[in-house]
Amino acid sequence: LAYCATGCQEIMKWNGWGYSDSKFLFNKKGQAEFTGKRYRLSGMTLPSLQDWFENTFGASVKHKSPPVLNASVVPPPRLNEAFVENLKATGIPFSNEAEDRVFRAHGHCLHEIFALREGKKFERVPDMVVWPNCHNDVVKIVELACKHNVCLIPYGGGTSVTSALECPPEETRCIVSLDTSQMNRILWLDENNLVAHVEAGIIGQDLERLLNESGYCTGHEPDSMEFSSLGGWVATRASGMKKNVYGNIEDLVIHIKAVTPRGVIEKSCQGPRTSTGPDIHHFILGSEGTLGVVTEVTMKIRPIPEYQKYGSVVFPKFEAGVACLREVAKQRCAPASIRLMDNKQFHFGHALKPQVSSIFTHFVEGLKKFYITKLKGFDPHQLVVATLLFEGDRERVLQHEKQVYDIAATFGGLAAGEDNGQRGYLLTFVIAYLRDLGMDYCVVAESFETSVPWDRVLDLCQNVKERIIRECKERGVQFQPLTSCRVTQTYDSGACIYFYFAFNYRGLADPVHTYEQVEHAAREEILANGGSLSHHHGVGKLRKEWMKDSISNVGVGMLKSVKEYVDPENIFGNRNLL
Amino acid sequence: RELSSESNIYIYCLNILVFVTLQQRDPMLKRDCFEDILEERRNSSDLKYALRCYAPVLYKGVTPCKANMLKNIVLQSDQLHYVINQVSQESGEAPDIIQEEASVILEEMAHRLQISTVRCFAFALSKAFKTLFQHVCVNEEGIQRLQQAIQEHPVVLLPSHRSYMDFLLMSYILYTYDLALPVIAAGMDFMGMKFVGEMLRMSGAFFIRRSFGGDKLYWAVFSEYVKTMLRNGFAPIEFFLEGTRSRTCKSLTPKLGLLNIVIEPFFKGEVFDVNLVPVSISYERILEESLYARELLGVPKPKESTSGLLKARRILSEDYGSIHVYFGQPVSVRSLAQGKVNRSTYNLFPRHIPRKPMEETQSFVNDTAYRIVRLQEDNMVLKPWVLMASLLLQNLEGLELSVLTEQTVWLRGLALSYAAFLDWPDQAPTAKVVSSSLALHRGLACVSGDRVSLVVGEPLGPVTPEEALFNRAVSVLSCASYRNQVLHVFLRPAMLAVAMLHLSDEVYNCFSFLWDMFSNDFILCPGDTVQDFEEACYLLVKTGAVQMPQQDIVMTDIGQPTLSFFNGLLEPFLQGYQVVCRYLCEEASEGLTEKQYIPAVRSFAVKLILAGNLRCYEVLSSDMQKNALAALLRMDAVRKVKVADQVTLIVNKMAVNSIDDILGKNRMISHINQTPISPSLSLVAVAEDLYRDGLTPSYIR
Repeated sequence: LAYCATGCQEIMKWNGWGYSDSKFLFNKKGQAEFTGKRYRLSGMTLPSLQDWFENTFGASVKHKSPPVLNASVVPPPRLNEAFVENLKATGIPFSNEAEDRVFRAHGHCLHEIFALREGKKFERVPDMVVWPNCHNDVVKIVELACKHNVCLIPYGGGTSVTSALECPPEETRCIVSLDTSQMNRILWLDENNLVAHVEAGIIGQDLERLLNESGYCTGHEPDSMEFSSLGGWVATRASGMKKNVYGNIEDLVIHIKAVTPRGVIEKSCQGPRTSTGPDIHHFILGSEGTLGVVTEVTMKIRPIPEYQKYGSVVFPKFEAGVACLREVAKQRCAPASIRLMDNKQFHFGHALKPQVSSIFTHFVEGLKKFYITKLKGFDPHQLVVATLLFEGDRERVLQHEKQVYDIAATFGGLAAGEDNGQRGYLLTFVIAYLRDLGMDYCVVAESFETSVPWDRVLDLCQNVKERIIRECKERGVQFQPLTSCRVTQTYDSGACIYFYFAFNYRGLADPVHTYEQVEHAAREEILANGGSLSHHHGVGKLRKEWMKDSISNVGVGMLKSVKEYVDPENIFGNRNLL
Repeated sequence: RELSSESNIYIYCLNILVFVTLQQRDPMLKRDCFEDILEERRNSSDLKYALRCYAPVLYKGVTPCKANMLKNIVLQSDQLHYVINQVSQESGEAPDIIQEEASVILEEMAHRLQISTVRCFAFALSKAFKTLFQHVCVNEEGIQRLQQAIQEHPVVLLPSHRSYMDFLLMSYILYTYDLALPVIAAGMDFMGMKFVGEMLRMSGAFFIRRSFGGDKLYWAVFSEYVKTMLRNGFAPIEFFLEGTRSRTCKSLTPKLGLLNIVIEPFFKGEVFDVNLVPVSISYERILEESLYARELLGVPKPKESTSGLLKARRILSEDYGSIHVYFGQPVSVRSLAQGKVNRSTYNLFPRHIPRKPMEETQSFVNDTAYRIVRLQEDNMVLKPWVLMASLLLQNLEGLELSVLTEQTVWLRGLALSYAAFLDWPDQAPTAKVVSSSLALHRGLACVSGDRVSLVVGEPLGPVTPEEALFNRAVSVLSCASYRNQVLHVFLRPAMLAVAMLHLSDEVYNCFSFLWDMFSNDFILCPGDTVQDFEEACYLLVKTGAVQMPQQDIVMTDIGQPTLSFFNGLLEPFLQGYQVVCRYLCEEASEGLTEKQYIPAVRSFAVKLILAGNLRCYEVLSSDMQKNALAALLRMDAVRKVKVADQVTLIVNKMAVNSIDDILGKNRMISHINQTPISPSLSLVAVAEDLYRDGLTPSYIR
């Protein structure tokens, strides 16, 4: 993975995902390639991607829908002069440049990126951006905001997919985007207790790289870790790919320091567990920037594992794969990561295979395919693949691997090699780049997730896909949509399901609106099938309407009363969650 | 009375709304054409037909499941295991033994669909149908819709039930069109017919006990068996919503048990949707015609036995006219439930644990059941004879043939304007239509000279007055079973006509009373009183029988024949209920048991008829007696008390008397129906009621 220097803005796309130098395109020969040098796929041509793309979406590389190049028209800033004066006195850097403001006015929801590409005007963007350098700077900013009644919206990595960063259009006060990117140091590292004290603005890959230098890691690897920040993880209850070994964010944090309009909230000790009433960390975890800014976090660290090994298993059917994952969860022997991709995602992954250089590899591939489909009788249109990642000392990993493969075998699974496994994980890092490619050719796409009890996994996947297909048809989408899912995390009592959904919007007047209607219907279907409102993306403003049904009126009342006490003036006014 | 303009607008809107809803409901506008499937049978080899290639497409292309595999899936299901353990804990028996019991139950229940048996039936039925019937007509578009539905969703076939023939006929048709053969829920009584029972089993029937109220294990096996077939889409499920054959040819109040079972997988998210397909099977002449009448008069139904069926060979020599089978539009449970049932309420309870359906669900299932039965009614094909029977029953002493013909033509016009699905021969002169109908039903009506009257079975030798009465009642009830077929078309306006002819201040109140009273006799969807009232108003206005100037409902000059026909149509029901009320007030002893009730009412009515105080024979029908009792129980005029093993009926004489009064007034009025009607209903009052009750958006819509 690439190193992201502080102040990513310069090397990032302003109207798409990730680094400016990395993107998919169809070259003159009509072959897909991935530019740049940052990823394993960078600089490679992907010969089967075009076919897959055209066949899946009914799209054609001839029908381009390139982004409009002029930047959006930005409304002039509404500045609070007194606040600006006072802020100047503190010496904390700030800006009201249009470019800086628009960059922090959005996350990565489809409608946000679509608007940027089309050069559409944002109704409301932050009026200024501040860059605090440390906890004390944040304290000063929040005090000033309270004093002058200014609205603060914390900004970490900007990878939200829940409209959480969208400025409420009805907000009339000056909106200040509080960018935590300068608070990116590891303040200390305690090898006795295996914890590190880190500023919350640090970006995932930087944190991991810096810890690695000392021989440690957090093991927290959400798919967005190249760009998302520690504070953002805390504020949204993030989940990492390797949570089976390291835990989700709520298992990883030992101590949180956050600045609220009422003052600083933190605990008095770093005891590994306490019985001191409801855990106040859980007011902050998942608060989505509505209560304050997380400034410093003490987090568990682990020595870097000695050995890592990818793996994969093919199953004849999705049902068999789910049954296998359920059994693995039951026996509590899940590897660091275990994911089950459905047939569509399996083919998607295959479309990303780089050109094979030698005839020999070609031959071997063909042989493998022959073995699986002909000798073992797997239907290529039914088979699914589970990708695995093992970590630990070598011997244990090999032992663990055998145990998992043995379980898989009882469900008809066949080991399918390390390469397939690794490619599966690659897909998650480049998927957002692929969405940009799709948008260049009239295809809109998005992902969403849920968590659900084991016994409902199959029904939920099937019903949600069917609902999407139906809704698309009813709303005049002229091409069959792509609906694909994977079981991406396993728990004792259930699993996290991750959906991809995309369609060719040629012929639609308002593709984003249609997309939103379909996504809305899909979420309703999820809830009706026993799925949760969100496993790790959060609620933001996108899913607010279902909060009451999800956590009951009393639950909403509890959250409201906390907000009321902590932030009576609604200084942290992004209006997420409630 | 003064009206605010607001109310006027409201009434106007109501009318428009009613019009719109009727347009939507009105199946007349897009009913399909029929095709006679016997035609090909008459022209090509039955054997070839029985042996032809049969390869239906199943739900999402699943492969059909062997009967044994199906049993295994059921026996190994979490659902069944849960109940087995529960029963084992309660009874102290080992789970193995209970499991064995479950397996025995399943063995007794399960179908063993075999294509070879189906082919045998296909051959035999082709022969039989050709002898018995002139035509067997099927709407092919319905078949195409069904074929589509079967591939997309689990399908439940819900035919109307008038004859034993129904399910054989259904399978025969599906086989003919190369559609997946259904598995059919059949009553256990068939199993008594040794050979035939097994034949039916091998043609897809599965058998359920008539009552198993408290038997948890039985219920679990049964519901899991049905759900397994449905969830996997192994075959369309077929059952009769009415629960049993209707002996009166009126649709019966739907039973909810099986419907609950087939809908639940949708609520639990186990299937994306379930499609309910109403099927209307109309017989021009029902094979069981006089059998039913006898049964209703208290001659017990012969136990189903193979030899009994063979005796029925006699019927093979008669002409039974045509059959029309109409496959309705598939109804998506998902669309119906939209906004009515919150599926996420099922999230907090394990899906394999049986649970009583929630109130919300129960009322949804109930509504759905009524809706489906009404759809069945809508697509029932009516023959001219049905209209003639309605007229003859209002003129028991007989009619001039010319008068009958003339009135039949008049009634035909009325029926058509009320969207009846009338199969009237094109081009044939009316006289021909009437005479051929009379010929086909010569067992029921006879023409002597110029007069048409009901036939009374020729008694052998001298008869007692009771026997004569009994014979006459058989004729009347048989004839009534034809009139009953048209009742669903006329019911609502007829109740309004009765309410109008009743000198009450409140036509709506009177309508609502009748509606409530008759809701066991007819298919009246719970909660639809207002809607039905509006439909009635709309229909009577449409045919010019009444006008609705401002707030009133007024009979027009030309409305008299219509209203008086309608009044006569419901007369037997009004009288019947009244006789029951009289009996309960005047004759019933203190400790009247439920068992004694029917024979007692019957002998009370016989006495009245013999004494010349009553001319209505339909009161003798046990169906009407049961329905009347059910109505009185519902209205709290009668209570049931269980003493030891006996259920005793406690009569609230005051309440029964007042119901009798209301009915009685109706009846007297009907005799002097020449009196100008003083219409005084204020629709505004109705409208106000609506507002007060918080008119629901669904209604507004």
